[in-house]
Amino acid sequence: MEYFTLFMGAVIVNNFVLTRFLGLCIFFGVSKSLDASIGMGMAVASILTASSALAWAAYNFVLVPLELKFLTLPVFVILIAGFVQFLEIVIKRFAPALYNMWGIYLVLIATNCVVLGVPLINVESNFTFIKSVVNALGSGVGFALAIILMASLREKLQYADVPKSLQGLGIAFVIAGMLALSFLGFSGMIPM
Amino acid sequence: MEKAFLILAVLTGVGLIFGFILAYANKKFALEVNPLIHIVEDALPKGQCGACGYAGCMAYAEAVVLNADVPPTLCIPGKEPVAKAVAELTGKAAAAMDPRIAQVKCAGSNEKALGAYSYNGIEDCVAANLLFGGPKACKHGCLGLGTCVKSCPFGALSMSEAGLPTVDPEKCTGCGVCAGACPKQVIAMSPLDAHVQVNCNSKDKGPVARKACSVACIACTLCMKECPHGAIKMENNLATVDAKVCVEKCSEAKCLAKCPTKAIRSALNGISGNENQTTAAAACASCAQ
Repeated sequence: MEYFTLFMGAVIVNNFVLTRFLGLCIFFGVSKSLDASIGMGMAVASILTASSALAWAAYNFVLVPLELKFLTLPVFVILIAGFVQFLEIVIKRFAPALYNMWGIYLVLIATNCVVLGVPLINVESNFTFIKSVVNALGSGVGFALAIILMASLREKLQYADVPKSLQGLGIAFVIAGMLALSFLGFSGMIPM
Repeated sequence: MEKAFLILAVLTGVGLIFGFILAYANKKFALEVNPLIHIVEDALPKGQCGACGYAGCMAYAEAVVLNADVPPTLCIPGKEPVAKAVAELTGKAAAAMDPRIAQVKCAGSNEKALGAYSYNGIEDCVAANLLFGGPKACKHGCLGLGTCVKSCPFGALSMSEAGLPTVDPEKCTGCGVCAGACPKQVIAMSPLDAHVQVNCNSKDKGPVARKACSVACIACTLCMKECPHGAIKMENNLATVDAKVCVEKCSEAKCLAKCPTKAIRSALNGISGNENQTTAAAACASCAQ
């Protein structure tokens, strides 16, 4: 139950994009079409889970024993970027179909703030290994949910009569604001 | 001081470990890409139109190089030169291609076709088609909102003032993207050397079609009776021309003169040409043979 609450909390209540405003770059960049956003959401969710597990291990087995907690940020950056690159090479070789589907998004994720932010928050909250993974998976699913919602809205918007000055990113920002407002309704339901 | 060394050691250590892992992975899992794929891709027109049935030029190049069953003639925009080049590069035999061009099977301009209601919605044929089949009385004709024009990857289509798309034969590669984009299936891909074409898509019975549009094919069968080679048939109240028979056997195109609504026209005249020229152009076509 505890894990379920944590998971749902990360998906909806503390949604990283819509309540903490992390990962906005890809949120706006890749939400023009539904297909691309599904690929991106899946890629972020899986990378986030895997890199959180890796970061947890690095933090608890290397940085804490050596009393180098202040190095968390640079170590995590290298760790995640290196891991994503490694994953890209492996997927390209062993699963070309999967690579064609969301391989191009992997590079975009390598230095994204959501992917760095979640492991950082995990170690700051002193989560156990399972809790970190559950929280990361929830955050990834939350990101996928947000970007898919956004892409569906923007696809519909293509046929709307938008004033010239608001066309493109302008109206996308307005919509993101409204989405964030509606997600504000969940706030406080499950405390972080 | 000790701490500083420790920091240095940890950071360089992490960097080095990942550097080695990546270098090793890059070597170990390196993907051998056949260099021929890139050479073939360079030979393709790179319109990314998808007429070959693959996701793009790169995907087709990959398929044609790696798969022995994929013929080198699939690139329709490239026509014969590209097919020959691809065949030469891949060592496959190139069969003859028959070049095609987009043909708009509707002459129902804004003046000639009756309207059913006034449409103020989204400027898109697919959207308009959802609303009672569009704002024209004829439910088979061109809606004139330019979805095909937007879809053309080669910029070969343009909207005429009369509200019909016109095909630029110089730019049209015959890829057929527009034919797929049109919700009314008004655009057909016809052989480049076709003599005559029926510029109507109406499957309604004669009186209904005539009421909706003054240049509709009313399925009177006059052209069919006039044709000595049996190239014209009636299907669903619409005349269809077998271009192959037409090209091979016919030299004078008598069918054009008989049509009471001028729905059947010389293909060499283009679709928006005026009626008076059709017979002259047909005569011209026959002397060219």
